[in-house]
Amino acid sequence: MSSQDIPEENLPAEQDHAHAAVTVADEKNPFADPGLPPHEHRIQDIDERAAKRSERVVALLFTVSMLATVGFIVSYVAIPHDKSIFVFPIGHVSALNFALGLTLGTALFCIGAGAVHWARTLMSDVEVADERHAIAASPEVRAQVHADFKQGAKESAIGRRGLIRTTMFGALALVPLSGVMLLRDLGPLPGTSLRHTLWAKGKLLVNMNTNQPLRPEDVAVGSLTFAKPEGLEEAQEDFQNEIAKAALMIIRLQPDNIKDKRELEWSHQGIVAFSKICTHVGCPISLYEQQTHHVLCPCHQSTFDLSDGARVIFGPAGHALPQLRIGVNDEGYLQALGDFEEPVGPAFWERG
Amino acid sequence: MKKLSARRRHPLAAVVVLLLALAATGGLYAAFAPASKAQADETSQSLTIKEGKKLYQVGCASCHGTGGQGSSDGPSLVGVGAAAVDFQVATGRMPAATSQGPQVVKKKNIYTQAQIDQLAAYVASLGAGPEVPTKDQYGPEGADIAKGGELFRTNCAQCHNFTGKGGALTKGKFAPDLTGVDPKHIYEAMQTGPQNMPSFPDTTLSEKNKKDVIAYLNAINSSETEQPGGMELGGLGPVTEGLFAWVFGLGALIAVAVWVAARTAKAKKS
Amino acid sequence: MSTNENNERRGKAPAGERVADWADGRLGIYSLAKSNMRKIFPDHWSFMLGEVCLYSFLIIILTGVYLTLFFHPSMNEVEYHGSYVPLQGQLMSEAFSSTLHISFDVRGGLLIRQIHHWSALIFLAGMFVHMMRVFFTGAFRKPREINWLFGFLLFVLGMFTGFTGYSLPDDLLSGTGVRFTEGAILSMPIVGTYISFFLFGGEFPGHDFVARFYSIHILLLPGIMLGLMVGHLILVFYHKHTQFAGPGKSEKNVVGMPLLPVYMAKAGGFFFLVFGVIAAIAAVTQINPIWAMGPYRPDQVSTGAQPDWYMGFAEGLVRYMPGWEINFWGHTLVLGVFIPLMLFGLVLAAIALYPFIESWVTGDKSEHHILDRPRNAPTRTAFGVAWVTVYMVGLVGGGNDLIATHFNLSINDVTWFVRIFFFAGPVIAFLVTKRICLGLQRRDRDKVLHGRETGIIKRLPHGEFIEVHEPLSQEQLHTLTAHHQYEPAEIGPTVDENGVERKVKGSEKLRVKLSNAYYGEDNQIPKPTVDEYKEITSGHGHH
Repeated sequence: MSSQDIPEENLPAEQDHAHAAVTVADEKNPFADPGLPPHEHRIQDIDERAAKRSERVVALLFTVSMLATVGFIVSYVAIPHDKSIFVFPIGHVSALNFALGLTLGTALFCIGAGAVHWARTLMSDVEVADERHAIAASPEVRAQVHADFKQGAKESAIGRRGLIRTTMFGALALVPLSGVMLLRDLGPLPGTSLRHTLWAKGKLLVNMNTNQPLRPEDVAVGSLTFAKPEGLEEAQEDFQNEIAKAALMIIRLQPDNIKDKRELEWSHQGIVAFSKICTHVGCPISLYEQQTHHVLCPCHQSTFDLSDGARVIFGPAGHALPQLRIGVNDEGYLQALGDFEEPVGPAFWERG
Repeated sequence: MKKLSARRRHPLAAVVVLLLALAATGGLYAAFAPASKAQADETSQSLTIKEGKKLYQVGCASCHGTGGQGSSDGPSLVGVGAAAVDFQVATGRMPAATSQGPQVVKKKNIYTQAQIDQLAAYVASLGAGPEVPTKDQYGPEGADIAKGGELFRTNCAQCHNFTGKGGALTKGKFAPDLTGVDPKHIYEAMQTGPQNMPSFPDTTLSEKNKKDVIAYLNAINSSETEQPGGMELGGLGPVTEGLFAWVFGLGALIAVAVWVAARTAKAKKS
Repeated sequence: MSTNENNERRGKAPAGERVADWADGRLGIYSLAKSNMRKIFPDHWSFMLGEVCLYSFLIIILTGVYLTLFFHPSMNEVEYHGSYVPLQGQLMSEAFSSTLHISFDVRGGLLIRQIHHWSALIFLAGMFVHMMRVFFTGAFRKPREINWLFGFLLFVLGMFTGFTGYSLPDDLLSGTGVRFTEGAILSMPIVGTYISFFLFGGEFPGHDFVARFYSIHILLLPGIMLGLMVGHLILVFYHKHTQFAGPGKSEKNVVGMPLLPVYMAKAGGFFFLVFGVIAAIAAVTQINPIWAMGPYRPDQVSTGAQPDWYMGFAEGLVRYMPGWEINFWGHTLVLGVFIPLMLFGLVLAAIALYPFIESWVTGDKSEHHILDRPRNAPTRTAFGVAWVTVYMVGLVGGGNDLIATHFNLSINDVTWFVRIFFFAGPVIAFLVTKRICLGLQRRDRDKVLHGRETGIIKRLPHGEFIEVHEPLSQEQLHTLTAHHQYEPAEIGPTVDENGVERKVKGSEKLRVKLSNAYYGEDNQIPKPTVDEYKEITSGHGHH
């Protein structure tokens, strides 16, 4: 597409010697708007061969699009939905997704590219100026509208009949309340439900992984175990709601390493049970570092020291993780000695 | 100059640019994606504790003490078991460099498997601990992949990410990427809890549980794992997806917009 | 091409014309077409950013409708038996299981899902960039303030539409995000607990939120957005597009190509280009692999728990906020969560309200259709860059864990850096941007007065070396001097004509102060005047 193909005499510089140099035309005000620059021809405007080439490119693009759509249909029919292929450098991908996506993408892109190439090379590129008109109305129109409005208001007598006006506004103001009322049954009132979990005196601590009740000897120093209250099964309807509050994180520390007095009291042979739910916004916090005894939340990086009453040592959480008081029953299994003494999870207005 | 600018305005230029950009992403990804590690060479010679002790005195005693009792530079090895030695030495974490960052990282292993077995036998002789797992224990036969997935999400994903790509811990520590890690080492890590990783002894995560976890990890994070939708973008979730959408998605569309709005080349004599 | 001519020649008008006549008789389309068919649109790539948004929105609607054909917005627990092996036999909600079905068992379902999600990310990114284009060029000025607000609302609603959609599959990652939302709602004083219980139908997660988010995601928010978008476009048509200053371009006209045929082809073609690019991305790049994340359970989590990018700013605010909590009289004020929640709204409101603040400071009541170059409005540009900095610091904060692992940094250090930079960043950005703008203004001034540096060194007869400066053409001179410069406001006479002293209001004092900060000495470089130009150009051989 170089200009070498164009007959010399067709080139604009040959036709028009007038505007060759850049000069300041307006001596009086050199900053004044000189007006739209004269239109310059594209290669396609003056060379029919170039225009033909453009036409062929556009038609080719549209044809490729048609072929790609055929390819899409063929892929849809021919490729099994579970076939995997290796595409360098992407890796093992679904053959169907890859083929459908690329054919659809090509089909769409070529239509667009064809249309744009057509517009850019073959449609007129003469710049046109459109006049703007002020958005605001003229003073006459403005006066007319104001007058019309006053007339209408007067005819309705809304200004004079105060009783109608007041009651109408009253009625309109009240009627949406019905809609608000209807929202009441979106959910129950909170009550004290956020304060209680399934944990209660005598409930065994059941290992999340093996579904077996835990004994103290199962929990080694440096290990991490997750527990749920006995009787809570995944297939239960309220499993999600209950585990969201009852999930427990169990670790064992050397009793000498426990700095917080209450934590030691509520532990059993150095085994401590903390809520797994972060007190910030409720992520299951469980990134336990066994050497530092810190536990980190993966969502917002609140860090708690499990050897010191799970107090917050970094991040946006506002208070320590609640601890569950545990002991051992007659058969030697770990059991809860009551519910959590404070609400688990994120803080809320009524928490206190 | 003229030719280049004519080509730049070519209708297919944007397509070429886009394809190049996509290919470049893929290439970059392939270049930076961790390669799978060669399987450790396994030899099965019988070894004596004595030979292990010799190796220990040279490579380990300066930090862990001449009898494995530990010192200010390294913990006691009494009772850590052969599994811990096999994990630490075979992944190159031990012997550690003298000046280490927040945690000891994986590096090239300088011992043969035979030497590691000797070392392990010596350390195991200091006090009973977990043994090196056998292939039966960490192999894929008879594993329940889906159960492994559930266990992985409960016990592992919080630190190692949902497909085992690793993640941040406090103060510069991190949970490493599990891509390409020998299943044996995964098993040993769960068993022994290296460094700040908590341990998951059989009482917490049963032998079968561990097998399931390893099988799941192999299903979702191996060189054979299918990523049906295409490039995985590191498997890191919305952050890399967002970056990709900005740089390559919006970037490509702006490139196209520049082409759509640009003036067509004028026929002008230069 | 009049009807009569055709009638005479063939006896009957072409079919298209007859259809148009029929429609005109009922809809009056000819009057509409008369003013709009040859409507002029100026050519500039940055004017197409809005089109990127419009088209990605259309793509989202098209693909979204397809997805609703297969998605079950239900939280009933089912056991999975589809074709994705690593989840077979697992309990999960129907929402999650039907999303797996779309991804693995519906042919092309994964592609449509990925196009839908990629378009959403690009839609929001496009709106952000479009909004910044409008901001930095001053296109929000009269008469376009309302359209600016429409656009802003679209951005905000887009964020929430994206968020609700992202939560629908009920996977582990999005569920974690919903949990965070619940925690944020709980932090609201007095009403938080109630709103949370009403939204989730009781305690979290309950059995309702997917169905509720679904109707919000597919009906309520997109419906409002569609209305706003139509309004946005009508106003763009009605106001006519803005344009950059240049020869032949004035406040009274708009220069460009007509809608028919050029923009019909370019804008219509651009839709296909956008769709094609996004489809190609969806073919080769995976997004939100919910099968890898697994079904949501409130006691499970994955590290790297981030929302989609457009919520990353809010995520960042929450991450670097210190954990303040105040307990009093049996109540808890959860400032650690509630302050970020408020900041999120305030930062967004700051950019939304800016046009009204600027017009109050300038006191300018005239229409503006010629765009500013960002350098010619240094204070506005500096404010905009400061705002973007706050936003970007939020994004960095939202990804602090990945930044830590990928650059071998401590997550605590990254968080501290972000905490400090939240305050220092915008200040630095403001000062630096303003300096740069003023520098560029000075350069423009020199260019106008002394011409363009050619890089040609000439040796004068007496041995002196000078660089040849080429004078600018009138087109260039006009373009560089076309912008309007405001005078800083002054406090009006404090004594009225009767000699009565009037009290100067605080608001007036503030306005004058701001006006001086905007347009006072050192806050903008006076553009060259014709006299200055003439003096310099006439006296050749100046130094």
